[in-house]
Amino acid sequence: MKHKNLFDKKMLIPALIDSFLKLNPKAQAKNPVMFVVYIGSILTTFLVVYSLCGYDAGGTTGFILSITLWLWFTLLFANFAESIAEGRSKAQAESLKSVKKDVPAKLLKHAKFGTRPDVVSSSTLKKGDIVLIEAGDIIPCDGEVLNGCASVDESAITGESAPVIRESGGDFCSVTGGTRVLSDWVIVQISVNPGESFLDRMISMVEGAKRQKTPNEIALSILLTALTIVFLLVVVTLLPMSIYSVNANHSGSPITITILVALLVCLIPTTIGGLLSAIGVAGMGRMMEANVIATSGRAIEASGDVDVLLLDKTGTITYGNRQARNFYPLANVDKKVLAESCFYSSLADETPEGKSIILLSHEYGFNENTIDKEKMTFVPFTAQTRMSGVDIDDIIIRKGASDAIKRYIIENKGIFPDEAQKIVDMVASRGSTPLAVAKGNEVLGIIELKDIVKEGIKEKFAQLRQMGIKTIMVTGNNRLTAAAITAEAGVDDFLAEATPEAKLEIIRKYQASGNLVAMTGDGTNDAPALAQADVAVAMNSGTQAAKEAANMVDLDSSPTKLIQIVEIGKQMLMTRGSLTTFSIANDIAKYFAIIPATFASTYPVLNKLNIMHLASPASAILSAVIFNALIIIALIPLALKGVSFKPMSASSLLRRNFLIYGLGGVIVPFIGIKIIDTILQLI
Amino acid sequence: MIIAYIDLVVFLVVLTFLSIVLGRYIALVFNGRVSYLSFIERPLYKLIGNTGEMKWGQYAKGIMLFNIIGIVFVFIFQLIQGALPLNPQHLGATTLDLALNTAISFVSNTNWQSYTPETTLSYLTQMLALAVQNFLSAATGVAVLIALIRGFVAVEKGTIGNVWEDLVKSTLYILLPLSLILGFALVKLGVPQNFNNYQDVQLINPQVVSVTVDGKTTTNRFTTQTIPMGPVASQEAIKMIGTNGGGFFNANSAHPYENPNAISNWLEMLAILLIPGSLCFAFGRMVGDKRQGYTLYAVMTIVFIILAIGVMLAEFNGNPAFYHLSIDGVMNLLQSGGNMEGKEVRFGVFGSGLFAAVTTAASCGAVNAMHDSLMPLGGLVPLFLMQLSEVIYGGVGSGLYGMLIFFAVLSVFIAGLMIGRTPEYLGKKIESFEMKMVALVILVVPLLVLLGTAISVVIAPGLVGMSNPSAHGLSEVLYAFTSAANNNGSAFAGLNANTPYYNLMLGFTIFVGRYGVIIPVLAIAGSLASKKRLNVTSGTMPTHGLLFIGILIGVIIIVGALTYVPALALGPIVEHLILFK
Repeated sequence: MKHKNLFDKKMLIPALIDSFLKLNPKAQAKNPVMFVVYIGSILTTFLVVYSLCGYDAGGTTGFILSITLWLWFTLLFANFAESIAEGRSKAQAESLKSVKKDVPAKLLKHAKFGTRPDVVSSSTLKKGDIVLIEAGDIIPCDGEVLNGCASVDESAITGESAPVIRESGGDFCSVTGGTRVLSDWVIVQISVNPGESFLDRMISMVEGAKRQKTPNEIALSILLTALTIVFLLVVVTLLPMSIYSVNANHSGSPITITILVALLVCLIPTTIGGLLSAIGVAGMGRMMEANVIATSGRAIEASGDVDVLLLDKTGTITYGNRQARNFYPLANVDKKVLAESCFYSSLADETPEGKSIILLSHEYGFNENTIDKEKMTFVPFTAQTRMSGVDIDDIIIRKGASDAIKRYIIENKGIFPDEAQKIVDMVASRGSTPLAVAKGNEVLGIIELKDIVKEGIKEKFAQLRQMGIKTIMVTGNNRLTAAAITAEAGVDDFLAEATPEAKLEIIRKYQASGNLVAMTGDGTNDAPALAQADVAVAMNSGTQAAKEAANMVDLDSSPTKLIQIVEIGKQMLMTRGSLTTFSIANDIAKYFAIIPATFASTYPVLNKLNIMHLASPASAILSAVIFNALIIIALIPLALKGVSFKPMSASSLLRRNFLIYGLGGVIVPFIGIKIIDTILQLI
Repeated sequence: MIIAYIDLVVFLVVLTFLSIVLGRYIALVFNGRVSYLSFIERPLYKLIGNTGEMKWGQYAKGIMLFNIIGIVFVFIFQLIQGALPLNPQHLGATTLDLALNTAISFVSNTNWQSYTPETTLSYLTQMLALAVQNFLSAATGVAVLIALIRGFVAVEKGTIGNVWEDLVKSTLYILLPLSLILGFALVKLGVPQNFNNYQDVQLINPQVVSVTVDGKTTTNRFTTQTIPMGPVASQEAIKMIGTNGGGFFNANSAHPYENPNAISNWLEMLAILLIPGSLCFAFGRMVGDKRQGYTLYAVMTIVFIILAIGVMLAEFNGNPAFYHLSIDGVMNLLQSGGNMEGKEVRFGVFGSGLFAAVTTAASCGAVNAMHDSLMPLGGLVPLFLMQLSEVIYGGVGSGLYGMLIFFAVLSVFIAGLMIGRTPEYLGKKIESFEMKMVALVILVVPLLVLLGTAISVVIAPGLVGMSNPSAHGLSEVLYAFTSAANNNGSAFAGLNANTPYYNLMLGFTIFVGRYGVIIPVLAIAGSLASKKRLNVTSGTMPTHGLLFIGILIGVIIIVGALTYVPALALGPIVEHLILFK
């Protein structure tokens, strides 16, 4: 689902056909503004026929015919805008549907590799079923990995060609139906019933985009309908007033139905009315292009309102892996001795941190190729001990978080010296993570693991701050470390030593004080916080629980996606607001074109208001109608792409958009109508 | 013209100063911090019994009940006034349609008068029926506004205050004291306050009047003139303070007993705008952000200045029809100059022009000059000021709640979308329910004005009342319906509206124009009160400061103009173009 051309040639012709199909009354009745145009067009069409039959329909047949044609064009242009937007979504839905096909699934009775599978169709799988998926198989349905580890090609969903690893336990245990296992095998427990899978949700989302109206869209529709009724009233009451004026002044003839309809169509907000649904569909499409699936349009809109962002430190603010930067031995310990212990304790440590410790100890002359691993017993990291290390005969080396080591030392009747604590604090205060290293029950020293803050992230946060969005870093680190990184990355606040409860707590706190909170999460323990947040984005790689609690899923599993989501949400609202302003502002010029023309026969003095010096009453009215139709076509690209968004404060954004769309909306039609009038004279 | 500018500036400086002071006091009153009249308040509450917090529906019921009882009372009072005391001229019952029109008109703070007061209503009717409603209708406006403000302030609360308490407080603490002060001042300036019989006086120059009917000419010689008396000052005070505008005499504030001199004229103009202006400042204080109040006051004042200068200029320049007659119409030390038709010499074009702008900016409707005789553009200004839905200061309470709902919420909605957030005003999200109510409010007034005008200019009962069957006739009818629907009450008096058709049409228009706005406003208040109050961040659209002032003015002018431009084009604009051809 990468970005497509705005007007794909393949889409143009179906969209054109669709624009005509949408002329049926049922489709038109959905949009009150355009429905008024529709009724008007039908009315003037009758007048054309009436006039062709030789009756007086008020005005020449040519004039009524031209007005009628352009009214139909107005409708077609609005339909076309909607069709183009829908076409783009449909293409996305089609490509998703092609992913979702019936595949054979290997149903297992027990989650054990080697038991004989029954081959069934994927469409019969229910929640709780256990299936085996081997290299080359397509994953039949969404689920969680119970057993095994495999590399999976998820490009069908994410468009990202690099394979990802899916394994049991941890945050990478979730698989999506329709993706393909490239190597190895996994045993998966199906987590959804038929028709509820992730793909199903995506497809219904994309297809349903045009039907579901978001709260703001509803509110705007109400306003547009009210304006339409007001203008209908203005136009309808103009007829009696015109009759009165003709009688009072004993000259001219009352305003004709054709001109009344033309005036009405020009005045009602057709520009925004015609483009409204296209904007909504296109907004949803832009989310899809960003590889984010929202469960509702409401969620997308809410993301524009967010003013507090909860961001995970790791991956968002800093690069995922911390690097060993330095060894700090205690005063009575040789640095090389410390490096040696660090080296041995990290030999079996496959994490990026462990590898970086090995790399650093190379500088002290240790090399993994020259040692004998036979005598060594490696102790892996566990969540309980929060330490890892190695036993070489009776020498016990451990490294881990300083508090874990401290507890370990004290348990073994040793002393965790003040000096060590000082180094720990010193390292933490510069935003690095201290790891303590112990040999037996004595502390040797501290390893500094440095968090590397991502480039450009500080500027990003500054922009967010300008937009009035507060960023809060969530980290498992202690307060000192968190404070240091907060300062370095320019985050507004932090939540240190974060537990799921603490996350939930901080979200509630901000909501209670009137903020809208957005967060990203992937683990099962994030689910309560995700459910509480106003905008919750789950990583596609995350657990099913997280995805279900969230109202959006990021297919790329990118931690910085939240920022992009906020921008897309804002852009959608801005586009609507700007086009509404533009549409209303246009009316000023249209009045100047139509009013003098309409009453020219009764009150010739009104021609003083013809400040555009339009050639004749007929061409003035026709020019206004043509302008009104063409502006819809001209604004389709804007409706689809959205008003350009630059992070800035609300006041400057408002000033900019009001200048462009408000003032622009006043001036543009004066120029446009004059040009059209000039062209009409040449023809 | 320079005198006019100086006068306008001094007027606005004094108005602003007094409004700030009074606004502070009003905020204290409704925050429950003022209680020097509690000895009257407490027994009243005991009498009413119901002093608990109310949901918006209960509040609206209270308002409607209170007002409908008022209408019934005033209606009946006019019919039985012949049997009641304080009726020196022995005036009998009015017609039913007139009684209904007058009852609705005074209860709704409109004070449209189809009748000539001194020959129609007794002193007692003026005092007990009309003057009482002058207080209560203004109190109703304040109560609705205060309920709306509570809606903005409340956080996730279902209630918006107690209607009876709000009505009592606004009457006792605001309207009564101010009326007393103004009443005494007017007496001092020469406005009568008595129950005397009308006085017959000998004319110094007897008048001979010849009338020709069906070819027969009758000539009458008049040697005496009857001068009406009455408790004028007391009614005059609340007529201005409460933006009511219903005159004790037919000539309204052009009458020397209602408005004897330039000083009283100035005081009356000040009194009209005083409460509407000060409510802006009270609003700012009550929502905890004074800048919000300053902003709205600035918007009102800027629009007012532009339009007030417009009407004064139009009148100052005078009528071009005189140019050809070699008549010197230029203002100088010896003559008033400008367009003096329908104006009092003691006020001149500036005193009358400014008054016309003031009385139609606020929904007062008192007049000190005949608006029908204003120049076309001079007449367009009062018409346009009313068509802006009476929010440029507007009526007591109604002006500000109109401004908040018609335009502030509307502007916030459009501007809010433009910065990419769900629109919010004072921390309250504006969602579809609010927009529905706003849509209702936007619809109801133009509906009444345009439909009423359109019907009246094509059917016989409507055309009968018209004394100028030309473009100006359309202006007159348009003015009548605009004034009624927006609860102003002033008139282009060329239209004879004391016919059953106009009495009933306009009575209906006034009623729907008043309560068709009040009920949605209270509904919005209730809905806002139940919402969370969002935090203000730099991502929040500021609803104060120059930018928002500009946007708000733009929305007011454009939305106001777009609705009425065609009608105005066929009325005053065409009149102007023809006259200045």
